[in-house]
Amino acid sequence: MTPLAQRLRDEAAAGSRWRIIEVLPWLIFIAFYLFFESRLALGNAVLVMVLFTISLDLVMGYAGVATLGHALFFGLGAYTAGVLVASGLPDPAIGLLGGIAVAALAAVLTGLLLLHLQGNTLLMLTLAFLMLAHEVANKWTSVTGGDDGMHSVSPGPWFGVFEFDLQGHTRYWYALVLLFVVFLIARMIAHSQFGLALKGIRENPARMHAIGVPVRRHLVMIYTIAGAMAGVAGVLSAHSNGFVGLETLSIALSANCLVMLVLGGWGRLYGAVVGATVYVVMQHLASNWNPSHWMFIVGASMILVVRFGKGGLLGLLDRLVARFRGQG
Amino acid sequence: MDAATSFLGFVVIDGIAYGMILFLISVGLSVTMGLMRFANLAHGAFAAAGGAAAISSMQAFGIGFLPALLVGFAAGALIGLILEPALFAPLYGGDELDQVLMTIGLILVTIATLNLLFGSAPLPVVMPDWMQGSIDLGFRNVPNYRAFLIVSGGLLMLALWLTLDRTEVGARIRAAVENPSMAQAVGINTRRLFALTFTFGCGLAGLGGAMGAPLLPIDPIYPFRYLATFLVVVSIAGFGNIKGTAWVALMLGILETAGRYVVPEISGFLIYVVMIVLLLWRPNGLFGRPA
Repeated sequence: MTPLAQRLRDEAAAGSRWRIIEVLPWLIFIAFYLFFESRLALGNAVLVMVLFTISLDLVMGYAGVATLGHALFFGLGAYTAGVLVASGLPDPAIGLLGGIAVAALAAVLTGLLLLHLQGNTLLMLTLAFLMLAHEVANKWTSVTGGDDGMHSVSPGPWFGVFEFDLQGHTRYWYALVLLFVVFLIARMIAHSQFGLALKGIRENPARMHAIGVPVRRHLVMIYTIAGAMAGVAGVLSAHSNGFVGLETLSIALSANCLVMLVLGGWGRLYGAVVGATVYVVMQHLASNWNPSHWMFIVGASMILVVRFGKGGLLGLLDRLVARFRGQG
Repeated sequence: MDAATSFLGFVVIDGIAYGMILFLISVGLSVTMGLMRFANLAHGAFAAAGGAAAISSMQAFGIGFLPALLVGFAAGALIGLILEPALFAPLYGGDELDQVLMTIGLILVTIATLNLLFGSAPLPVVMPDWMQGSIDLGFRNVPNYRAFLIVSGGLLMLALWLTLDRTEVGARIRAAVENPSMAQAVGINTRRLFALTFTFGCGLAGLGGAMGAPLLPIDPIYPFRYLATFLVVVSIAGFGNIKGTAWVALMLGILETAGRYVVPEISGFLIYVVMIVLLLWRPNGLFGRPA
């Protein structure tokens, strides 16, 4: 067995066991519900972005696909949920399944078209598909509301029981349960043979191809799974905010998600959890600043992370822990 | 003269004028993405900075439009000269994701800086009197500003083409785009050559931003708003292909102008359909050679 394969296998074996620390984020999310009842909208926004960022981590962090178009699947999920409610199907379960189906279909189709390409051409094409959808949503006003977006997307109660209440109890649990399910799936993939193959493709696609891994099929598969997950995030955002707008299909959303993933640390799932949580909470805390100051700090930290801080916040934590242990 | 010819004349003239701006801004980007294989999303930031420098120096020092264009070029080039070794060079030959992330960071910093310096509204361009009227060409009137864009853009294009085709620097650049490692092997300092072209390309972007300010208004989100447009030009042309960039910029200028009047409902996404089909058919662009 080659050293790379050995290393990846060891990593996977060690990683697939649950560690106690992994309970922490979920405890925090539950504690947030208990102690910050008046801030559930913020908590909900955190959960949605964490889910979206995890989906990007599978594509980018694990499989190494450079994409600028991941917001496409978020936006398609959001608009599908909005359109279903507007056309007289308010059941959130229908919205959720519909959003997943549309996002996954778009991901499998674009994935089949694009994923044999690499580098700048791939970046440009993922961007082009996102912009295409953005323009369609902008001009198809009878369905999407165009620039105004779709207002009053009010889904019916979950299971006919849990109404979407004004305080946001239902939507917080809705988001938390979905996030947990998606996270379990993502974690399972990350530590599976398939996940190992993806990491291998990220490191060296030619070699993976040479040892008989169906590179393109693997990439299309993870692109589709991650697209469906991003669709879930979009549906959640539509159902939670009661609004779907063009910003769900924007380069800015793709870019923000990249920022969160990189600040947290990519290719380890918890980086997505930490990055998105810290970003959304900080943004909220900074909301009464001049927005330019916030943007400047985010932009500057992006540059610094790329330049000096490989691994983002969790990478930093790793190094601190290593130093602490080394001295102790 | 019938309405159709008149409309055609209008579309062609407006389209070429717009295409000249697209060319000036995109040409540097094309070299960055072709020569150094660098996924640079922040190129529009240089255009915005150049435009902002030009307009604010007109306001602050009362200088004329033409000197202000030089300020725009100088501002773009200066920022490029500083940022190239500091931020871009360390990522050459690296992962394109790092390049994407760094340039997204650069866009955010630019937007924030422009916002702090100039506010969020578009910067007003006061055009000199001689730019206001229009010239009668016999068959139709051409607004002076459009004529200025076409003539000066055309001259710059010609100068660039002569430089690339007839001078030694041009030959070096072409060699480096064609085959970087071979160019290095025969003694071309591709690293320094690239710093030079990058700086010059940023200058041209600054100039284009300043010249085009009445058409593509300068405001903080400029680098994001036109990001896709500039990338469309260079990716359809094929990264690093300068002549191709000129052709595509002009064609795109005309097509987009025509589309806005003939099929306003779909003109916005037509361009992306064209881009997707073209890039799937020829991943290296219309004028690029298969790798």
